[in-house]
Amino acid sequence: MDLDPVVLFFLLGVAARLLRSDLRLPEAMYEGLSIYLLLAIGLKGGVELARHPIAALLPQALCVILLGLALPLLAFPVLRYLGKLDHHNAASIAAHYGSVSMVTFAVALAFLADHAVWHEPYMPLFVVLMEVPGIVVGILIARLGGEVRGVQWKTLAHEVLFGRSILLLAGGLLIGWAAGPELLAPQSKLFFDLFKALLALFMLEMGIVAAARIRDLRRTGMFLVAFGTLMPIAFGVIGAITGRLIGLSVGGTMLLATLAASASYIAAPAAMRIAVPQANPSLSLAAALGVTFPFNIVIGIGLYLWLAQRIHAL
Amino acid sequence: MTMTTHPRKLVVIITEGALENALSRELIALGAHGYTICDVRGRGSRGAREAAWEADRNIRFEVICDETVAEAIASAMREKYYDDYAMTLFVADIGVLRPQKF
Repeated sequence: MDLDPVVLFFLLGVAARLLRSDLRLPEAMYEGLSIYLLLAIGLKGGVELARHPIAALLPQALCVILLGLALPLLAFPVLRYLGKLDHHNAASIAAHYGSVSMVTFAVALAFLADHAVWHEPYMPLFVVLMEVPGIVVGILIARLGGEVRGVQWKTLAHEVLFGRSILLLAGGLLIGWAAGPELLAPQSKLFFDLFKALLALFMLEMGIVAAARIRDLRRTGMFLVAFGTLMPIAFGVIGAITGRLIGLSVGGTMLLATLAASASYIAAPAAMRIAVPQANPSLSLAAALGVTFPFNIVIGIGLYLWLAQRIHAL
Repeated sequence: MTMTTHPRKLVVIITEGALENALSRELIALGAHGYTICDVRGRGSRGAREAAWEADRNIRFEVICDETVAEAIASAMREKYYDDYAMTLFVADIGVLRPQKF
């Protein structure tokens, strides 16, 4: 089996970290690349969105939001009763797994392009829709555990909704939709043709960042390792079934499975740190970034395509 | 040439980047006239804080103020953040040249 170069770049980053190399992408470059990736994904979806009647998407969009609300409710009891984590930590980790990882989605897009599998072009819209519900449900569960100091919903909503990931994804979708393919053609070399190369560069840094979490795992124990690999598979199955039921193609089903299986490690940690300070961020980051993210990149994405194909063959 | 300085307190808070917005608002509300923030990394009782990426940033606030405000800041931080956040706070005596500014 040929390994995708994007995955190999990721593994190089992991190796660099484990070998204690001084390699590190400058902060400004990391930020620049993440802005580029968000915009590129948004633009690409937006350009195609121009050709679709938006009203027809509403039922699907609603189901995707429901999926985002349901996932943390499923994850919480597993963490709380099987993993014996305290209430706040279980709620916080559930929020991470209810939300999504944009980078995992980007790698899944590149993977589908390599395998020439078509997908619904408006899938980036679902990333926007799935980022927030999981976080909100996680915070609500945490509050049921009592004694979370007054959550300032206004501040929190501002940070989550106008954080750069949603702003740029949604902004890119809008620009792509408003401008259409012809007007964007002069920019397509940068935003579309170079996408994979820049993603590869970004994955180098993600490898370093993910490997830095491995040390935390030794302290947090085997449960989170098992949770971080098994939960995405279970969520991937749920996502794939949902995708099939709402009428997505094989590619779209695979992407929805990937979204369901992925765990947030940018938006969710920032929100949970503010809303549920009692939760220990090194537990949730160890699971989301140290286990689930690498698992999805190296094994999960291929698995979800296989799953989507199987479910569509039924 | 002699330099006349006026005694003030320098309050330094080293903490998680997640608190930047909240603290910026609170310090002013507690009576500080201003503050300086920089990104830092290091190691402490809550482990190495490498500031390797955005969800793991650490910041350092510096506030120059009088003693009353310094005490208000210190007790507010202790009450609200010490339990749940990585936070180091210390106060130093300093001299400023323009007392009206602080």
